[in-house]
Amino acid sequence: MAAPQQQKLKVNGPVTVTANRLTDGVVVWRTAEGGWSTELNDAIVVTTAPEAIALLEAAGKRDTDAVGPYVAPVILGEGSAILPGNLRERIRVAGPTFELPA
Amino acid sequence: MYAYDEFDRTLLAERVTEFRGQVGRRLSGALTEDEFKPLRLMNGVYLQLHAYMLRVAIPYGTLSADQLRRMAYVARTYDRGYGHFTTRQNIQFNWIKLEELPEAMAALAEVGVHGIQTSGNCIRNVTTDQWSAATPEEVDDPRIWAEILRQYSTMHPEFSYLPRKFKIAITAADHDRAAIKVHDVGLRLHRNAAGELGFEVLVGGGLGRTPFIGKKIKDFLPVRHLLSYIEAVMRVYNQFGRRDNIYKARIKILVHEIGAEAFSAEVEKEWESIRDGALQLDDAVIADIRSRFIYPKFEKLADNPPELVEALQDERFATWYRSSIARHKVPGYAILTVSLKPVGLPPGDATADQMDVIADLAERYAFREIRVGHEQNLCLPHVAQRDLPALWRALDAAGLATPNVNLVSDIIACPGLDYCALANARAIPVAQDIARRFADLDRARGIGRLHVNISGCINACGHHHVGHIGILGVEKNGQEFYQITIGGRADEQAQLGTLLGPAVSYEEVPDLIERIVDAYLELRTNPRELFVDTVARLGTEPFKERVYEAH
Repeated sequence: MAAPQQQKLKVNGPVTVTANRLTDGVVVWRTAEGGWSTELNDAIVVTTAPEAIALLEAAGKRDTDAVGPYVAPVILGEGSAILPGNLRERIRVAGPTFELPA
Repeated sequence: MYAYDEFDRTLLAERVTEFRGQVGRRLSGALTEDEFKPLRLMNGVYLQLHAYMLRVAIPYGTLSADQLRRMAYVARTYDRGYGHFTTRQNIQFNWIKLEELPEAMAALAEVGVHGIQTSGNCIRNVTTDQWSAATPEEVDDPRIWAEILRQYSTMHPEFSYLPRKFKIAITAADHDRAAIKVHDVGLRLHRNAAGELGFEVLVGGGLGRTPFIGKKIKDFLPVRHLLSYIEAVMRVYNQFGRRDNIYKARIKILVHEIGAEAFSAEVEKEWESIRDGALQLDDAVIADIRSRFIYPKFEKLADNPPELVEALQDERFATWYRSSIARHKVPGYAILTVSLKPVGLPPGDATADQMDVIADLAERYAFREIRVGHEQNLCLPHVAQRDLPALWRALDAAGLATPNVNLVSDIIACPGLDYCALANARAIPVAQDIARRFADLDRARGIGRLHVNISGCINACGHHHVGHIGILGVEKNGQEFYQITIGGRADEQAQLGTLLGPAVSYEEVPDLIERIVDAYLELRTNPRELFVDTVARLGTEPFKERVYEAH
């Protein structure tokens, strides 16, 4: 299975654009202001493929802030909560699913 | 231990300086990510799910106490206080920051370790038996030959852009602990009837998407021809290996497609033109490399000293001894395996504090030497038997004396979806759940030797194809599922496991493994018949009937 960055874009629900911060690899999400945030709740969410492609293209124009942007599914929770849309994204938000050794 | 010379030290220092400049240019924007990515990969730097990961080679699995202590320092200073030992005699730091990587690399380079050729389409870290130069079984120290290959292949311009990565493993013992049959090239060092040293050469083994057991292309290659013959293999691969399809680019596909005989003929043709040239190893070169390995000055000791005999009265010590200690070639000494598989913790991980403890113990009791095995455990290869009780107490206090070596909870697992950008499913928590299920070590000992190997994707870093029980994580409609194989093995009788039945969900895996084990206990002829032998005798059907019909 190809990594998310390599997959053909299919948008069947709310999505956002995510990447890793250049300096330290920390997970970041694209914001409506055209920046990046370490909080998923700050992410811009779109629901169509053209919107997602536009977001992705904009995110890829400058690669000194974030690396490897791709479109990731999200779930809209109660209130204004934005939740990760699959297990991979849940792990990227919350970290490994077990207690770290140290 | 091998003592690096000034050339190695200069090379590493220059590489750190070069990488520091590359990182600086990347952070300033002078290099794009597309330009920088191949440069960082050449230094073992990956970008994973949550962070950069630094993979550092441990050449032929040998570490000094100073090197391990430095790894502890890097884990503590630049990472989150632990490291992960892999199935290829590497260590990985999972949380390292790009902006701090040059400093971490500089710290590692000071003790002669680095991430060069731990990624990319080059000849990777050459691996060997972690019991090298300690086991009575071997005909020579295979690390001599691994070191010769290391020097030859490091930054080799002709082999830096191969069709795909290339992995070489060497054993010098009849019992293969280096899994040579599932490497691109596997070398078995042995003596011919005249007593001369040479290699049996296997090619085209490998796991991943298309697993194959290596095929023999030479019975006996005199050691002086090692480099010229490997060069011939590499040239044939470089010329004919497929570059049009990443999934068909490994040498195993080439060997499979044209056949071992045709491949061997091409190698012989190429070899003929270079075999007696500059790559021929003369005795002086071999002697020089050999002289740079520093071996322990063993005392004259007797086996079973009183300290050991007395300690064996303690059931806890005796249990650990039976699990962790193997016979050494020198009387009065032993080989000690340090399990990095405490029940319920991530397989292959060691904290910085644990690394320091092991380094201190190696310094005090084991001639300053530590080994890493592909099973993701560590090893102190040369310890006096009289010191085993003290070693056990110190290891036990540090959580490093779990007596489960080669038992069902001694699980090989890749990082899986918890870390890896390529993974489809988790591996570590599956291993933890299985280990907890078999936490009763009396029960585990009753089951006997049983290797469970888990991979979180088809790339098979967890060697699932050659696990006695292999577990492969796949993704179906956004959910994790796991395919189970049985009957695989990675030793001198290496073979690929056979699929047992339909994939099961994450939650179902421990129950399924337990049913497989219960089936084995019912089917084995006696407690000495190992799981893998029962599968070999009966095939998978009796297991399938019991495991799936009972469900």
